[in-house]
Amino acid sequence: MQWETVIGLEVHTQLTTKSKIFSGASTAFGAEPNSQACQVDIALPGVLPVLNKGAVERAIKFGLAVGAKLNRVNVFARKNYFYPDLPKGYQISQFELPIVEGGSLTIQVGDQEKVVRLTRAHLEEDAGKSLHEDFHGMTGIDLNRAGTPLLEIVSEPDMCSAAEAVAYAKALHSLVTWIGTCDGNMQEGSFRCDANVSVRRPGEPLGTRREIKNLNSFRFLEQAINYEVRWQIEQIEDGHKIQQATVLFDPDSGETRMMRTKEDAHDYRYFPDPDLLPVKLDEDWIEAIRAGLPELPQARQLRYQAEFGLSAYDAAALTGTRALSDYFEAVAAALAKADPKLAANWVMGELSAALNKAELDIAGSPIPAAKLATLLGRIQDGTLSGKLARQVFEVMWTEGGEVDAIIEARGLKQMSDSGEVERIIDEVLAANPKSVEEFRSGKDKAFNALVGQVMKATRGKANPAQVNDLLKAKLAG
Amino acid sequence: MSQQTIKQLADLLVGGKTSSVELCQDYLARIATHNPNLNAFISVDAERTLAEARAADAARAAGQAGPLTGVPIAHKDIFCAEGWLTTCGSKMLYNFVSPYDAHVISRFKAAGMPTLGKTNMDEFAMGSSNETSYYGPVKNPWDSARVPGGSSGGSAACVAAGLAPAATGTDTGGSIRQPAALCGITGLKPTYGVVSRYGMIAFASSLDQAGPMAQSAEDCALLLNVMAGFDGRDSTSLEREKEDYGRDLAKPLNGLRIGLPKEFFGAGLSGDTAQAVQAAIDEFRKLGATTVEVSLPNSGLSVAAYYVIAPAEASSNLSRFDGVRYGYRTPDYADLTDLYEKSRAEGFGAEVKRRIMIGTYVLSHGYYDAYYIQAQKLRRLIANDFAEAYKACDVILGPTAPTTAFKLGEKADDPVQMYLSDIYTIAVNLAGLPGMSLPCGFDGQGLPIGLQLIGDYFSEARMLNVAHQYQLATDWHQRTPGGF
Repeated sequence: MQWETVIGLEVHTQLTTKSKIFSGASTAFGAEPNSQACQVDIALPGVLPVLNKGAVERAIKFGLAVGAKLNRVNVFARKNYFYPDLPKGYQISQFELPIVEGGSLTIQVGDQEKVVRLTRAHLEEDAGKSLHEDFHGMTGIDLNRAGTPLLEIVSEPDMCSAAEAVAYAKALHSLVTWIGTCDGNMQEGSFRCDANVSVRRPGEPLGTRREIKNLNSFRFLEQAINYEVRWQIEQIEDGHKIQQATVLFDPDSGETRMMRTKEDAHDYRYFPDPDLLPVKLDEDWIEAIRAGLPELPQARQLRYQAEFGLSAYDAAALTGTRALSDYFEAVAAALAKADPKLAANWVMGELSAALNKAELDIAGSPIPAAKLATLLGRIQDGTLSGKLARQVFEVMWTEGGEVDAIIEARGLKQMSDSGEVERIIDEVLAANPKSVEEFRSGKDKAFNALVGQVMKATRGKANPAQVNDLLKAKLAG
Repeated sequence: MSQQTIKQLADLLVGGKTSSVELCQDYLARIATHNPNLNAFISVDAERTLAEARAADAARAAGQAGPLTGVPIAHKDIFCAEGWLTTCGSKMLYNFVSPYDAHVISRFKAAGMPTLGKTNMDEFAMGSSNETSYYGPVKNPWDSARVPGGSSGGSAACVAAGLAPAATGTDTGGSIRQPAALCGITGLKPTYGVVSRYGMIAFASSLDQAGPMAQSAEDCALLLNVMAGFDGRDSTSLEREKEDYGRDLAKPLNGLRIGLPKEFFGAGLSGDTAQAVQAAIDEFRKLGATTVEVSLPNSGLSVAAYYVIAPAEASSNLSRFDGVRYGYRTPDYADLTDLYEKSRAEGFGAEVKRRIMIGTYVLSHGYYDAYYIQAQKLRRLIANDFAEAYKACDVILGPTAPTTAFKLGEKADDPVQMYLSDIYTIAVNLAGLPGMSLPCGFDGQGLPIGLQLIGDYFSEARMLNVAHQYQLATDWHQRTPGGF
């Protein structure tokens, strides 16, 4: 039996403002519990909210970056429910008129591109934190996080696999950090995903969805969706109906478990918050924000393909983060002889592999872009072969130092004396008559074996192109 | 005792005839004598008051006195005041000592005006008789068997009885004007947004507005000068040029066009009140004003719209009183839900619970469009009625309340009858307009009658001028109840 999976994501991105969305308290992470909760945040009687303009500015930035409609008049509403970490007994959010509506994000799944539509993005305040450990039989409440500005970004149910959902979440993560509206720190909860998952048979209407809450890593997102999809299919195949519900993912067991069903869902009694006037967006302000937007990942990808001749896949990989992309451009720009493909290969190859291994991001690279460009320049001018360059890279990564000094000190310079190379080729040909025989009888593979032997004999210092040419000439002669 | 106005007290202080300490001691003594019967105050803290009085006297001695420095004032217990018990008339806040000052309080402090105490009020300002207070009803100084009106009943009663020269009040549907009328004093509700709501415990955010309650229009002008002004902590506070609300007091009323809404003089209005208001209209004609009949066709729907919008906002505003962080918490609870349910069931009184339930209902899924949205549409229509009327007149005049003070307990079991005592005042809040009440006579039983003036947006100075000219020509506002 065939099944289709339908997934939509709601992502809470914490905005990068210094103070909270409706008060002047700091949003810095990790402070002593309740040390960053002012009288507004703890909802003393009589206090009132005042909107942080920086949060609105970031929402506009995001809306522009995804080509969405910005609601020139948008409204804050109260979402009413009781919980100890929600001091006012309501969360100030946006309901009927969010600041951002529509827009889309292009994702790359394997070598396929896909456009995921966005439903909306709205501003809201975060709740505090309930701490159930360390308080024997009681619950601790930390209101430092209460009032932290969030932009909740809601997608259409356009994804049909965990892989697509992860690709979307990564693309969104890349975008919001790229434009600087969110720091993207998932451990600290700056980027949290809720996944709405349902399954159906092809051609049938949408199945009943279950919402997996609070997934704070891409791995958990993938695991949770995969588990949930299997579970839902099993349920239906066993003759059960899916009940609309909210579930939590337990990373230890790898399973989702029920939090509440639709029956005990709240009636949030949304209504416009009378303490806050409708937000009116000024055209000049929007245009100023638009003018200040950096070149976006999508635009860069197209430029890399058009100007640099890179594949869509490479272009997408290089624009994974703005820092990586900037690094790549710096390397490419610093090359004496323009060769963006060479720069791309090294940034995505050697450098990315080394970064991954060391669990560093590009900002932590011990090799700055200018040095990498110098190294690549030595390939371009024939001083180094690719293989030798990798050895130099290895030294630069582990010990540091200047490219030319390393080449000199380690004697890694490519052999440029053709007489010396010719002498070695003659020795190799003399020692491998069988390969010569095979080549002459039409086996191309034998040629590669001979090249390998020459390179080995020169301990990798010969220029492979030169070896090729000389060897061909000898064999033809 | 002949009571002295804020203006007179300020003159005495300027002339060195008395000190703030002397004044405060005098008022505190009067409070000690009469409050056990009147119950106008929830909190009195003589030491704190006198410390503020000494500071005011020192400021004066140092040449740093403002126009009202040293003149004491009482504050409705809805305003958070640092170091003061701030109950809002509720058991829910029986132990809440505010750690901060409301904007209004800080303005009076900055003006050097000592706080005489915190006045009694209907619980969370929900009521028209002061009978819903957890701290017991306030008695009307004119007849202690009667209510002072509400919700600012303690403020009205303490001014009427001379326990304070003036007081602050708040008005969501008539809570300054109706008790001012029932106690024979002058009270002003400014245009919505003129006085910051920061630190004023919210009942219905889109309607609440603070204002002065005093013995004359002139005093109200002086006090509004202190209270009004932009506050960045209240998003609905209006950024406007500073104005002197007393600047037009002396202007003659020649050419003033007074609008008389026909809907305010129909069935339901008591005969004595109708007569007193008619006499006031005659007085205004003598002062040079002309009258014109106007119509507020949707005003009859204002009570209905109000009792959707105000409870809706209140149901959400009062959610923060959950027994978790401050205020009343039930002593015994099994779990979180039990904590919430019991704390709120025990901490709130019947009227507050009634309004929370109404508000929760009208905001519920499936009812929101039928009630809340419809009520908001009515609100717009009501505001349009006023806009239309102001094309033909400068100020609207009518009764403040349909009757004079009623007996304690008379309407306590009939919420709808109680709600109707605000029938002439509520539309003003829905439209966000300024309104005031001033004394215009007495009924057959010697109870004061209030005259209501309703102005266009930001016309407080003009209204105060109209009221002041009337008070120069009459002495209703100078009459005081016997026994004080």
